[in-house]
Amino acid sequence: MAERVLMKGNEAIAEAAIRAGCRHYFGYPITPQTEIAAYMAKKMPKIGGVFLQAESEVASINMVYGAAATGCRVMTSSSSPGISLKAEGLSYIAGSDIPALVVNVQRGGPGLGGIQPSQSDYFQATKGGGHGDYRMIVLAPASVQEMASLTIKGFNLADKYLMTSMILADGTIGQMMEPISFEDAEIEVYEKPWALTGTEGKRKHNVVNSLYLQPDKLEAKNFERFERYKIVEENEPMWEEYMMEDAEYCVVAFGIASRVAKNAVVAARAEGIKVGLIRPITLWPFPTKALRAAADQVKSFISVELSMGQMIEDVKLATECKKPVTLCNRAGGMIPSPDQVLESIRNAAKGE
Amino acid sequence: MEHKRLTLFAGHYGSGKTNIAVNYALLLAKEGKDVVIADLDIVNPYFRTKDSAAVLEAAGVKLISPQFANTNVDLPALPAEAYRLVQDKSIYGIMDIGGDDRGAYALGRYVPTLKEENNYRMVFVANASRPLTRTPEEALEVMREIEGACGLEFTDIINNTNLASETTPETVLASQDYIAKLSRLSGLPVFATSAETGVAAQLEGKLSDILPLQLQEKYFDLPSQKPGNRPLWG
Repeated sequence: MAERVLMKGNEAIAEAAIRAGCRHYFGYPITPQTEIAAYMAKKMPKIGGVFLQAESEVASINMVYGAAATGCRVMTSSSSPGISLKAEGLSYIAGSDIPALVVNVQRGGPGLGGIQPSQSDYFQATKGGGHGDYRMIVLAPASVQEMASLTIKGFNLADKYLMTSMILADGTIGQMMEPISFEDAEIEVYEKPWALTGTEGKRKHNVVNSLYLQPDKLEAKNFERFERYKIVEENEPMWEEYMMEDAEYCVVAFGIASRVAKNAVVAARAEGIKVGLIRPITLWPFPTKALRAAADQVKSFISVELSMGQMIEDVKLATECKKPVTLCNRAGGMIPSPDQVLESIRNAAKGE
Repeated sequence: MEHKRLTLFAGHYGSGKTNIAVNYALLLAKEGKDVVIADLDIVNPYFRTKDSAAVLEAAGVKLISPQFANTNVDLPALPAEAYRLVQDKSIYGIMDIGGDDRGAYALGRYVPTLKEENNYRMVFVANASRPLTRTPEEALEVMREIEGACGLEFTDIINNTNLASETTPETVLASQDYIAKLSRLSGLPVFATSAETGVAAQLEGKLSDILPLQLQEKYFDLPSQKPGNRPLWG
């Protein structure tokens, strides 16, 4: 059996990043993701890596931009308000088509909001956040093990598609502890001929840039980029189906909400309600095909979210509004109880 | 188990200090003692002593908790009431200290009074399954950092080696060498071994001084992690 250790979600991200070959971490502290920086501060100096606490989030994301341009595996982490500050840099990194890993351990918003868990940055992560036409690969872990495995996956996908991978976690998964192992981790290595590594006078220099002086060139770059995004949408959606075989109702939930929802699904099944759950693991690309297939099977969907209802829009789009979708939610740092989700399932079964 | 008037639990963050402090308080209350537990954690925003408020109250244990615990106020402020633990010698006091050296700074202000009375036990909570304290040497390093931050030396070690819901008696038994070495390196006795109630029952007769821990169910526990659904071990 693989060696098991007991880790906090935030620590698991940091350790996984190091194992994935990340030796450059730039960040700025914010609750509830501080353990990532603390872990990096402790470990990086011992393994010849760089831990740097920048003067701000804006500085740290631009350090990520610079390091990423050299082709090394690099990351930053923050929580909701800090990610807003990084938005400009995220857009520049996307516009330069270079890989990076960004972690958002979400807290309640908007504004300074609070420090309790939330999923209300779904729009920001999946629809942009920064300016311009771009996408990020958005991975939503639902356990400490996934905090680790999706971090490694995130680095691999970022290198493969020259994109930013975002780990969209929440305060609870960041803080909670579970036993995990790292031994099944697959570290992929990609050639990076575009990287700024010094020409030594032997080759033409590379350019990493997001500024285009000619609009037709900028347009062409955008079209080219979206061709790549299409491949990601085709190849990379990840999701989990739970008790869906004979389901007449489908709960859709990601991250911490999916754990609460699973308990509610079990409780509803005990009452004889045929309900299942689809858990998107990639939020972009969204598991559209799985949802579209479920729309032909179930009578209705329930989107369970720690927000005022953001993913629900993608559920409606994916299912082409073929079946009703209701929302079961809490916001501002509060979490739905299994009983609240169970009540929503009962209502769905009553056709309400 | 012989009890001192004051028992302090400190250690690496995530080592299990809060669970142990709460359960030790309940144990003392069961023995008929007048118990006050203080949450001195100025670091951790989630999963605090206050989460066990109902259980503690039902057992007659008084809880002193920072005013802003479990709120959105991320403020490292301690309640004035916490002084009662060091000043009121009629009670048994338990202090739950925040993790690592950063958490231990908060203890410093109570140290002169603690030392003067000299009826305390300063317990290092050790978990060999935590990645930054995987070796006794690393645990000793954390121990020294905490002592440096609060100005109080540890007097005892408690072995809380666990893998949460995956803990088996073997998990605990396999940590005996680790704990023995930590004890040798630090010169401190092992005051107890703590484990979740089910595991603790299976350790009876194999280890002495076992502190069984009643753990709180969490809203995010998966169906497979609920105590009733856990696999039964040897």
